[in-house]
Amino acid sequence: MDSDSLRYSLDLVSGCGLTLSCEQRAALQTSLLILKRNYKFSRVLFWGKILGLRSDYFIAHGITEDEMRNRKTLYSFNCVDWHLLPPVTEAQLAEVSLLKEHFKGDPSYEYEHTETRGLDEGDEAVVEEITVKMTEETRLAATVFNIDREVSVVPRGAFIKTPSGRVQVNRCFEGLSESEARKLSSYLHFSEPQHLKKKTILETADLNPSIDFLDNLSEDTPKGSWSLQFERGSISVLRSLLWLGLTFFHVPMTPQHGYIYMGDGMKNHYLPFML
Amino acid sequence: MDPQVQELQEEARGAGEVTMELAAKSFKAFMLKRSSKSNLNLYDHLARLLTKVMDERPRDAVDIFEDMSQEVKRAELQDTQSTVRDATPISTAAALAEQQRALFSQRVGEDPAQEEDLVETPLPNVPELTFYLEQAGVGLGKEEMHRIFLALKQLVDTQPLQRCRFWGKILGTESNYFVAEGEFREGEDEEDEAAEEEERKAEHDMDAANRLHKLADKSLPVVPKEDKGTGANKCSYFVCREPGMPWVRLPSVTPAQIIAARQICKFFTGRLDAPIASSPPFPGNEANYLRAQIARISASTQVSPLGFYQFAEEEGEEDEEAARGTLEENPDFEGIPVSEMAESLSTWVHHVPHILEQGRCIWVNLAEKPEEDLEDEEEGEEEKEKEEEPDEPEPEVGPPLLTPVSEDAEINKTPPWTSKMSSTLVSQFAIAVLRSNLWPGAYSFAFKK
Repeated sequence: MDSDSLRYSLDLVSGCGLTLSCEQRAALQTSLLILKRNYKFSRVLFWGKILGLRSDYFIAHGITEDEMRNRKTLYSFNCVDWHLLPPVTEAQLAEVSLLKEHFKGDPSYEYEHTETRGLDEGDEAVVEEITVKMTEETRLAATVFNIDREVSVVPRGAFIKTPSGRVQVNRCFEGLSESEARKLSSYLHFSEPQHLKKKTILETADLNPSIDFLDNLSEDTPKGSWSLQFERGSISVLRSLLWLGLTFFHVPMTPQHGYIYMGDGMKNHYLPFML
Repeated sequence: MDPQVQELQEEARGAGEVTMELAAKSFKAFMLKRSSKSNLNLYDHLARLLTKVMDERPRDAVDIFEDMSQEVKRAELQDTQSTVRDATPISTAAALAEQQRALFSQRVGEDPAQEEDLVETPLPNVPELTFYLEQAGVGLGKEEMHRIFLALKQLVDTQPLQRCRFWGKILGTESNYFVAEGEFREGEDEEDEAAEEEERKAEHDMDAANRLHKLADKSLPVVPKEDKGTGANKCSYFVCREPGMPWVRLPSVTPAQIIAARQICKFFTGRLDAPIASSPPFPGNEANYLRAQIARISASTQVSPLGFYQFAEEEGEEDEEAARGTLEENPDFEGIPVSEMAESLSTWVHHVPHILEQGRCIWVNLAEKPEEDLEDEEEGEEEKEKEEEPDEPEPEVGPPLLTPVSEDAEINKTPPWTSKMSSTLVSQFAIAVLRSNLWPGAYSFAFKK
């Protein structure tokens, strides 16, 4: 969620029960501006909060020119001092899904997780031990990246892709209409599209290439992993059931939209059983 | 130069200008031609578009030129579509606003002067609660909490409650539940006789069904549910979908439902009559599942500072089991400094009875069979080698009331509680916050007055 709109947007997502205290909000407004100047970001987004056992992490994104690429992620404990998170590799992203404990709140804590897998090689059964070692800082970076990749949401039309390939904010976006806001297909994932390339030409005939360059939410499996509600009658709120704690809001007929994650940073693996 | 040549050149220039003018005129005529599809013409459209750019002077107009063009076209088309009268549909927002408006109107016959005479009102001080919870980072937004406050007032006015509390909010996939906890005044519980009859019938049907399924397992009697006002059914719970909509009372919880709720994990949909399809099957619909979860959450996470409550002194305690159920506020409570509350978990204690394995708070001995069967049992015992009937089952004992929270068991190497101060910068006015890791979303705070 944009740091400029933090003042009123927090009220709109607080339906999930978690907000920021007054002190944290005030600290954020000051420190995010300083961050923007120091790192020369064009926009700073407050991404959310990951709850740890001893202390919580506040996460922010800094965006340079392209909205989707080269995002920098920063974390803080007190909303004042921010530290840069390291970029993650694919291997780390895969490993982080094996860790099932809560975040401890200490970035230098080392997780050690050993998994034994039995491989059948012909007649012999070989037992392989895979040990995953990861610091909490890396786990944090990988979790934030995963959440962004899987459940970040934007309304259709809010971002456009220029012919040069750059993604930028659509200044003519006036918001979804009331009827559009009720359909899950008006919302798109804000990450590299995975299903788009597999679509047939018939399906892509209706799409506008400058707006529909992202995956649609209605194609997520399992169906029902999003809860679309109209809170207080007029604000469209999307909650992810895969990563519990991600809330997206949009006020129809206005360009206001944003998402925030407030939770413990653990994927809900039991989703198919809970639906 | 020859004047004739000059004349010719002028004529040629004039003719050139004329041809240019002719070309311009013919192009303008071309632009004025109406499009066969949309009845617009290019000339008017460009004129309107450039007027718009002139009026608004947007930054980097060339980048958004196409979008502006689309907008102008859309605006044009809307004007010409007014031949059909719109039946303005009532949006859900307006409908909800109508209902919530009732929250803000004073009831007829209510004298504001009279209100001040009421000393003890069961209505909780929700604005104060909102303020402290916000410092802890928990909240639903000030306006929403205020609407909840007014809705609770409505509840208190319609039901004879002795004590009322805003319990919380449960998120569902289609809509959410706002839950209020209330304790009825003694003797004024109005649950309909008819409703009770229905419940008994439903249980009887269920028993019959159970008997069909569990023919082999005869020794599985249904654990009787606890009476209203005791144990897990001590408080009644009311839910509503949005503040302003009518409050619905949830049915009392049975131990079978609590045991089943421990084994399944399902999302709530937001409709109280939705069936719960799960394995093992849950006896009841979503209203029962909701009530069972509320009972479990209340039993595990309602805590208070050590010493705030004390046991009420009762005379003539015979039964151990029935004794320690009543708590009352300790008038001599002085308050524990906030920093101590934030650091050590032993300053917080549970003040709601723990639910045993059986699903009740007070253990019931199921093996007490009526006397007629005893004779059959004795005969049976002599014949069989192995005793199939279990021995006198050991009474289930849970941790007694007012146990400190530090003795709660860990699950998966995660300590079950996390405590911290709300603010490190100004610690004189900070509050201590206790967060449950087992039930994410359960928060308690303490502030030394």
